[in-house]
Amino acid sequence: MSDADKSAGDADGVNPEKDLSAENLPGQRGQGGEEIRVQRGMFGANNGGDTSGYGGLVRSVRLPGPASRPYGGWFDEVADELEGALEEQGLLPDNAIGKTVVDRDELTFHIEREHLERVARTLRDDPALRFELCTGVSGVHYPHDKGRELHAVYHLRSITHNRLIRLEVSAPDSDPHIPSLFAVYPTNDWHERETYDFFGIVFDGHPALTRIMMPDDWQGFPQRKDYPLGGIPVEYKGAQIPAPDQRRSYS
Amino acid sequence: MSTSHASPRETTEGTVYTVTGGDWDEVVQSAARADDERIVVNMGPQHPSTHGVLRLILEIDGETVTEARCGIGYLHTGIEKNLEYRTWTQGTTFVTRMDYLTPFYNEAAYCLGVEKLLGIEDDIPDRASVIRVLLMELNRLSSHLVCVATGGMELGATTVMIYGFRDRELVLDIFELITGLRMNHAFIRPGGLAQDLPPGAVDQMREFVKKMKKNLPEYDKLFTGNPIFKARMQDVGYLDLAGCMALGATGPVLRSAGLPHDLRKTQPYCGYETYDFDVPTADTCDSYGRFLIRLEEMRQSLRIIEQCLDRLEPGPVMVADKKIAWPAQLALGPDGLGNSLDHIKKIMGTSMEALIHHFKLVTEGFRVPPGQTYVAVESPKGELGVHVVSDGGTRPFRVHFRDPSFTNLQAMAAMCEGGQVADVIVAVASIDPVMGGVDR
Repeated sequence: MSDADKSAGDADGVNPEKDLSAENLPGQRGQGGEEIRVQRGMFGANNGGDTSGYGGLVRSVRLPGPASRPYGGWFDEVADELEGALEEQGLLPDNAIGKTVVDRDELTFHIEREHLERVARTLRDDPALRFELCTGVSGVHYPHDKGRELHAVYHLRSITHNRLIRLEVSAPDSDPHIPSLFAVYPTNDWHERETYDFFGIVFDGHPALTRIMMPDDWQGFPQRKDYPLGGIPVEYKGAQIPAPDQRRSYS
Repeated sequence: MSTSHASPRETTEGTVYTVTGGDWDEVVQSAARADDERIVVNMGPQHPSTHGVLRLILEIDGETVTEARCGIGYLHTGIEKNLEYRTWTQGTTFVTRMDYLTPFYNEAAYCLGVEKLLGIEDDIPDRASVIRVLLMELNRLSSHLVCVATGGMELGATTVMIYGFRDRELVLDIFELITGLRMNHAFIRPGGLAQDLPPGAVDQMREFVKKMKKNLPEYDKLFTGNPIFKARMQDVGYLDLAGCMALGATGPVLRSAGLPHDLRKTQPYCGYETYDFDVPTADTCDSYGRFLIRLEEMRQSLRIIEQCLDRLEPGPVMVADKKIAWPAQLALGPDGLGNSLDHIKKIMGTSMEALIHHFKLVTEGFRVPPGQTYVAVESPKGELGVHVVSDGGTRPFRVHFRDPSFTNLQAMAAMCEGGQVADVIVAVASIDPVMGGVDR
């Protein structure tokens, strides 16, 4: 510590660098949220060679859990309208909407897969909802989230009301079927093919669900977590640099 | 060979023919006799006017396209998968290579997503946001210039090609001055920018704006009223608003159908709500309308660039949070960009903690709280969305790019079927697909 720092620190007896406001304190590792994985150890050392002392670390990885009313802003309005519209069609909202997550100013409906098409059609057609633009589907693979390993995530944009919501649908690895939204949003044609190509999610009802990026005779689904990245070690300035998926991981 | 396989039989309902057997020779011969010129043409993937490795499969009857399909995937490089094996900061180096004509949009969308997950959107310094806008709008110019240039070349107008690439070169010179690279910059980083503007950049940009104001009307003179150009472009690649909405088309394609949807206006990011600019539209739904929109958007981009230059104020270009901000102070060495010698002197000579911090942040990276987010920016091609998922680690759990080229290219069939073969080129050019973005 230089003299200048010392005098500044001594002036009021506390470290001026130290920020005690709540948002800068470390997050609480509570039981909130949904556990998707339990992480053991650190640095990717799992073959007994870990001398760091972190080998016994157990950390549960939790995604934001369901929110309760009020969700805030226009979220309640959309949720009310959606539930009302589903009830009108004789569908209990609780049967269709598994949970509602509000995180980082974004609204997510987790939809049971058998009701996905009905919900999407309602979201598109109801004048108070009117999510007319679907920005496609993105797959996510949670290999440790048993029974709901494969997720299909849809982002729906309402140009009319200037809103954006997210639909999330899950399917188990053993039965990777999710209804296609092609009939509701034709733009999902290629997006669903892409998600099928990379994750092996079968979109039932899609008119031509074939591979789109990978060659037609490709084996396996490359974006799944258990699919290796591949790659070969390279030599750089005399040292062997391992392939990216063989390097030390801190996650 | 018998003359009839279908023997007639009279019933109370009328004559009934019983078809028995079949003579395939006859079927084949009659098929050959027909004046059917139906052939399937495979255009690409290595065709100069298909914008990279795009394969078009056209079923044509004479000169008319009866069915059109795209074959894509020839430029798939697995960027999204690769991102899951790098730190969050290294991700920018990958995403910038997706749509290689709009690198700053890829970087900005990705970084905005990471910043949203980190919850530091409000901490991004103003100067960083202004420079981001500045770079993005310059990038819009260079992307539209390529679109106009290659689109013109595909019609046989080599002059406009030369003009377009000449002006694009001016933009790339600025990029090179600022980032050190003409493309694939990885300049926008989570938390801000890799470094500040170098000396002389502002002057060069002002010079550029002056020059472009002189050059842009040349495109009008060459093209806008040109009867050949109009004959080739008007009513070609028609896609109305209903088609755009159903197929998810955004950007100039959507705006050519008359809907002024622009994320810079509706869902502003990087402070776009504070800039003064217009969203041009057309109501012709055709390639010509899209061309006019791109020309006008270039003028609007110049307006935004001028406003950016006026409001550039000295300040930091990276968040103050040292747990996120890249520790290396980059400097221009004799052999190009490198770590600043002062910084190296500090971490190697005087501060062990700074060295540890530098090492940890560079090798391990920072952790991003678990969750997911979707961030979209208005790229020159349309809505560029990024779905980022974190599991709390130092690497992205999943990053998905919703590339506008990918989505808009689906509209190719709707635009081309029923038209002439020669118009396929024009229609595809008006979508402006870049295969690096389509295939990723």
